[in-house]
Amino acid sequence: MRKFQFHPCGNFKESYNEEIKIFETDFGRLWLLIGLVLLFGVIPFISSPFMLYVLNTVGIYAIAAIGLNLLIGYTGQISLGHGAFFGVGAYAGAILATKANFPFILVVPAAGLITAAVGMVFGLPSARLKHLYLCIATLAGQFILEYVFVQWESLTGGAEGISVVGATLFGLDLGNDRTFYYVIFVCLVVMTWIAVNLIRTRYGRAFIAIRDNDRAAEGMGIPIFPYKLLSFAISSFYAGVAGALYAYFMMSITPEPFNLWLSIVFIAMIIIGGLGSIPGSVFGAIFIVALEEVLSHGTEYLMNVGPSAGAAITIAPLREFVFGLAIVLFIIFEPKGLAEVWRIVRSNFRLWPFSY
Amino acid sequence: MEFFLQLLVNGISLGFLYALSALGFVMIFKSSSVLNFAHGELLAIGAFMFLVLSAWAKLPIILAFALTLIGSFALGFVIERLFLRPLIGEALIEVIMLTVGLAAMFKGLMLFIFGGDIHDYPKFLPEGLSMEWGTIQIPSVYVATFIIGILFLIIFGLFFKYSSQGIYMRSVADNQPAALSLGVHVKRVFAMSWAIAALVCAMSGVVLGIINGINVHQISSVGLKVFPVVILGGLDSIGGAIIGGVIIGLLETFTGGYISTSLREVIPYIVLVLILMVRPYGLFGLVEIERV
Repeated sequence: MRKFQFHPCGNFKESYNEEIKIFETDFGRLWLLIGLVLLFGVIPFISSPFMLYVLNTVGIYAIAAIGLNLLIGYTGQISLGHGAFFGVGAYAGAILATKANFPFILVVPAAGLITAAVGMVFGLPSARLKHLYLCIATLAGQFILEYVFVQWESLTGGAEGISVVGATLFGLDLGNDRTFYYVIFVCLVVMTWIAVNLIRTRYGRAFIAIRDNDRAAEGMGIPIFPYKLLSFAISSFYAGVAGALYAYFMMSITPEPFNLWLSIVFIAMIIIGGLGSIPGSVFGAIFIVALEEVLSHGTEYLMNVGPSAGAAITIAPLREFVFGLAIVLFIIFEPKGLAEVWRIVRSNFRLWPFSY
Repeated sequence: MEFFLQLLVNGISLGFLYALSALGFVMIFKSSSVLNFAHGELLAIGAFMFLVLSAWAKLPIILAFALTLIGSFALGFVIERLFLRPLIGEALIEVIMLTVGLAAMFKGLMLFIFGGDIHDYPKFLPEGLSMEWGTIQIPSVYVATFIIGILFLIIFGLFFKYSSQGIYMRSVADNQPAALSLGVHVKRVFAMSWAIAALVCAMSGVVLGIINGINVHQISSVGLKVFPVVILGGLDSIGGAIIGGVIIGLLETFTGGYISTSLREVIPYIVLVLILMVRPYGLFGLVEIERV
C-alpha cells in the first residue's frame, strides 16, 4: 500500500506530472468522495421541492458556465453569444425529442453536437478577429440566432415555442424534479470530469498557450485557428448539453429566455466564479442562481407585507441594480472571483495559526 | 418612386440619429479603448435628466439643457473615477463586464425612479424648421438632429485636431506608454474623455427623447445599435461614425420597406459580421495590420 500524502509545507514539485496533478493530497480525494455521497445520497432526499428546483437550475447553468469558462477563461476568446448557443441546444433537444422521436439518452449528446457545429460556424470570425472585434462579432451572432429562433417557425414554433414531454430513460420516468436531479448532476459530474482532464491534455495546454500569447503559441507550432475553432466547438457542446437538459426540465421552450441578457448572466457567472477555474464556474452558477432567487423572493416578500405593498412593485427593477452591483463589486474588489476566495480560505485553514 | 424617396429621407434621418448616438461611444473608445456597453444607459440618463429639469422642475429650456450637459459631464467624470480607474491595465473581458454591470445598475435605477412608461418633453422646437417637398416631409426634429449632428462633427473634428486636450487624447489612444513618457497625464485624459462622452451622450439622449418619447428600454436598446454603426465606420473615427450611421439607417429603412419588417432589426448585425470578416477596421478606422 502506498503512503498517504498530506500537505507539504512548501512547493517541492519535481516533475511536470506533479504540477498538473488534480489531487495534491489524499485529503482531496476523500473530500471529493464525501461530496459525491452528499450530492447523490443525501441532498436529493432532504431538500424541499423548491430547493430541488433551484439545485436543478444551478446544475444546468453550471454545465453551460463550465463550457463558457473553457472558451473565455482558458482560450481567451470572448463570446457574447453563449446564451444563444444554450438556446440552440434547447431547440435542438426539443425538436429531436418531439419531431424526430429520439430517445432521451440520444437527444442530449445529439443536441450538444448540433450546437457544437453551430458554435463552430459562429467561431469562424476568430480566424481574423480577436479581442473586442471578436466580442462584437459574437454579439452579432447572438442577435442573428435570436432572430432565427423567432422566425424559423416551421422548425422552432416561432414565438409560441415547443412543448417537450418529460424524459424517460429505459422505461424509467424522469419527469419529476428528484429523478431529473440525478440526470442533471450525473451530467454535471461527467462534464466537470471531462473539463478538468481536458485542460491537462495537449489540447487544453494549447488553449492556455493561445490565451496567454497567441503569437508565441503559433511560434511554438500550435495551429491557432483550428484550436480556436475546437474551443468554440467544445464550449458550444457544453452549452448544447445544458440547453437540451433545460428543454426537458422546463417542459416547454420559447425564444425569450435565450437573449443577450442570458449571455451576460453566463459571463457574470464565470467572472464572479473565477476565470480559468472549473470549480469557479460552478461557484459562479451557484452564486448567480442564489442571488436571483433571493432577490425575487425578497421583492415578493415585500409585496405581500401590508403597508409596503404599493412600493414593492417599484422595487422590482432594483433586482437588476443589485445584479449589476454584484458584477461591478466583484470585478473591482475580487477580479479572480470566488475560486480565489475559496483558495484563500483553504490556505488560511491549512496554515493556521502561522499564516505567514 | 415617392415611396423610395420617403424611405431614403427616413433612412438618412434615422442614420443621423444613430450617428449622433454613436459619437459618445467613439469618444470613449478613441482615448481609452473601452468598449462601453453602458452606452445606451448613458443616453437614457441624459434624456431623463433633461426631463426632470424641463418638465418636472419647469426650468427654462435653455437653462435645463445647460444643466443637463453640466450634470452629465460630472457623471461621466464620477463613473471614470469610481469604476473605470481601478481597472486600468486589466484584461479586456473585465472592463467589458464592468460596463455591462454598470448598464444593469443604471437601468435598474432608472426603472425604479421613472418606471417603464413613455414620458414626453414639453413642446419647444420651432415648427418652422420642418421641410416639405411635394409629398415628402421631414419633421422639424429631424432637421434639428441633422443640424446638431453636423455641428458636433465640426466641433469635435476641431477639438481633436487643434485643442491640446484633444491632442492628448489622440496621443493616449495611439500609444499609451509613449504618451506617458512625454508627460501626458493619462488618467486625466481618461477622465476627461468619459466626461465629454457622457455630455455628448446626454445631448444625443435628449434628441432621441424628443423624437420617440423617453422610455428606458427604448433608449437603452439604441446603445446596442451603436455597434454595427461604429464597426462600419471604423471604431475610432468620428466622421466614420456619421457615415456608418447613415448607411445602417438606410439599410434598416429599405429592408423594412421592401423586404420584411422583422428582418429590419437584425440586418445591421448581419452586415456587421460581414464587415468584420472583410474589413474589421471599418471604412475609416485606423488600419492596424495584425495577424491572428
